[in-house]
Amino acid sequence: MSVGAPAASASPAERELTSRNGVPHRFRHMLATEPLTAEQITFLLDQAAPFQEIQRHPLKKLATLRGKTVALAFFEPSTRTRISFATAASRLGADSMNLQAESSSLKKGESLLDTVHTLNAMKPDCIVIRHGSSGAADFIARHLEIPVINAGDGTHEHPTQALLDALTIRDRLGRIEGLNVSILGDIDHSRVARSNIHLLGKFGCRITLCGPAMWLPRELEKLAAPGSEIRRVPRIEDALDGADVIITLRVQQERMNEPALPVDDYVMLYQLTPERLALARPGALVLHPGPMIRGLEIDPSVADGPQSCVLEQVTNGLAVRMALLFLLIGVSGETSKPENTAASEATLERKKDSTHAAD
Amino acid sequence: MLRISNGRVIDPSNGTDAQLDVLIEGGQIRLAAAPNDISQAIANANTSCEVFDASGLIVAPGFIDLHCHLREPGGEHSETIESGTRAAARGGFTAVCPMPNTRPVNDNASVTRAIIERAASHGSVRVWPIGACSLGSRGEALAEIAAMKQSGIVAVSDDGRPVATAKLMRQVMDYCGSLGLPVIDHCEDVSLAAGAVMREGETSVRLGLRGMPAAAESICVGRDVQLAELTGSRLHIAHLSARASLDLVREARDRGLSVTCEVTPHHFTLVDEDVAYDTHFKMNPPLASVEDREALLVGLADGTVDAIATDHAPHEPASKAVEFDKAPFGITGFETALALAIEQLYHSGCISLLRLVELFTTGPARVLGMERSIVENAPADLTLFSLEREWVFRAAESASKSRNTPFDGHEFRGAPMATIVAGRVVYQRQPA
Repeated sequence: MSVGAPAASASPAERELTSRNGVPHRFRHMLATEPLTAEQITFLLDQAAPFQEIQRHPLKKLATLRGKTVALAFFEPSTRTRISFATAASRLGADSMNLQAESSSLKKGESLLDTVHTLNAMKPDCIVIRHGSSGAADFIARHLEIPVINAGDGTHEHPTQALLDALTIRDRLGRIEGLNVSILGDIDHSRVARSNIHLLGKFGCRITLCGPAMWLPRELEKLAAPGSEIRRVPRIEDALDGADVIITLRVQQERMNEPALPVDDYVMLYQLTPERLALARPGALVLHPGPMIRGLEIDPSVADGPQSCVLEQVTNGLAVRMALLFLLIGVSGETSKPENTAASEATLERKKDSTHAAD
Repeated sequence: MLRISNGRVIDPSNGTDAQLDVLIEGGQIRLAAAPNDISQAIANANTSCEVFDASGLIVAPGFIDLHCHLREPGGEHSETIESGTRAAARGGFTAVCPMPNTRPVNDNASVTRAIIERAASHGSVRVWPIGACSLGSRGEALAEIAAMKQSGIVAVSDDGRPVATAKLMRQVMDYCGSLGLPVIDHCEDVSLAAGAVMREGETSVRLGLRGMPAAAESICVGRDVQLAELTGSRLHIAHLSARASLDLVREARDRGLSVTCEVTPHHFTLVDEDVAYDTHFKMNPPLASVEDREALLVGLADGTVDAIATDHAPHEPASKAVEFDKAPFGITGFETALALAIEQLYHSGCISLLRLVELFTTGPARVLGMERSIVENAPADLTLFSLEREWVFRAAESASKSRNTPFDGHEFRGAPMATIVAGRVVYQRQPA
């Protein structure tokens, strides 16, 4: 697989997809930020810009994906991400099919593979999956011909969250390159943290991870992309010193049950308070992937303060997801076969080698 | 009579490495000697004699697999004694030791007898069952170990899980010491390993998969070694995967304790970095770190490791076609074990041919308190293999009922060529 120069016979639609420097970026799936290049990420964010504009229009509905169907397969409870994808599809004119774990046949013992094959038999144009098992999106992508978007897999990745975070950061600060980004909380169990670490690393960010030691395995430092740096810092005051961006993660209280840390200790040591925020660079951004628990990981005055980007993140999530749906099924699905659209190095399509023949 | 001619006989029991012919009669080895002497013996016997041309092949004592799962009784959709032993024969094994975690568990003499009878009527190779240490392998009451021994078990283990408590392990070791049976332990601190699906490390952190640290294994090895010292009984560590565990075994042996260990082909071939959500790379103990693999290679070379054991663990395809964390642990191993050992250990220059053969023959035999050699009156169990035969392993062509292997499509140099059990050729690879 390689990134080729645009073919001379490229359709207008394909040319439209061409970024400013003339390299086409086509994505077969969106499974993770880890394999993406900075250039591909920049291209995706550029593609999202016009969709941000649309969110401000009084009439927000386009016909771009009219006749297309997006399958939403959420095997884990989710409100905001599912609504965001459903709204993104709807504003592009696409229909969506909804599968929710509570009402699905998974409860009756059906395997994930059978469930997605069933969904696929209803001929959606792409599938958005949220699942509690790390690697679940990768797993179904190996078995389906249609594009798969990972809306969060276990504690692995949540790529669209990192993309919307990057869009938010770029809008506010004008760049992503070289920023000091501090991520606070349960890093080890956070797919948002992993996707952000990989994405921001591609732009040479200096990433500081801070949280209770049992949630900060030292191997996290090895996730650093070339030219970036990851450090683990136990004290929040040190972690915030000089930060341009602070990403506060939700404290998953269910994790507290594995003998980990009493909530009161967490609040005392790691809550993002106005006093602590003052240690960061003036105007430092505060991001939170939601759902946010005020008074636990974040002080309400910070959550509602001028540095908070929480609601912008939600709006930008729509733009990023619209751009992604447009890129995945708006053009490539009509103009070429799946094999041909796999040309991007970002493609995470695993070769269907014989190892999987038994599947 | 059957004459194995023109082969290179390797017998670690007496250090033999010579071009010898082997004459078999009545299920036993009659003579291993120079071709002229064999011809003379045949002439004297004045009976007809079949000839098996072993030109270019290694003729070794029959291979023993100390650790496998044949799934019968109770798991016949994944494997049966018939299919499993056929796969074993294709891998060059003449005897295999199935672990007791069947349904029902092999914790009493009637299950032991059922397995042995089934193997006698349907098996391609010898089946030497391993009995459970505790009833149901639940880690509470002792199983009927003496009765099972009378019915034919060769060792005890609660494999799949560790012997639950130090107290029970002590009892089992004391008891088995008096019965002359080795105790095989699957070493795992279950609290450290709870919920883990691979080895803890950079890869588990990157993939977001729950990992168990190497210490989950070595902590339990440490417990067992101390109990071996306390009881003076024989302890065998199953599928050892971590450097720290190996160090404990080495040190125990230096102190004169009867502690042995086995290593699987997948642990000396693959590492945790190879895991990429492919459930065919999920087994327990999980694939270890690069450093651990290197330590295992050292242990295989310096004699600390006694045996290569497959931990052949068949699972029907549907059970592995699931999310990584939901898949069962284990991969098949009979048909790839020798070829992996030749590739990873012999062709790489890590160990000698004599040592390679030892790890499949006299090594595991010693663990069981048996002998294995190509001498007069020994059982005519022989494994013939090639160091050069090139072939491709195809899971779909496996004799096993399951397909869960990470080595499907792998190109090998070196292969089992014929398996002889009690003088009968139970498997012969097609000529190239």
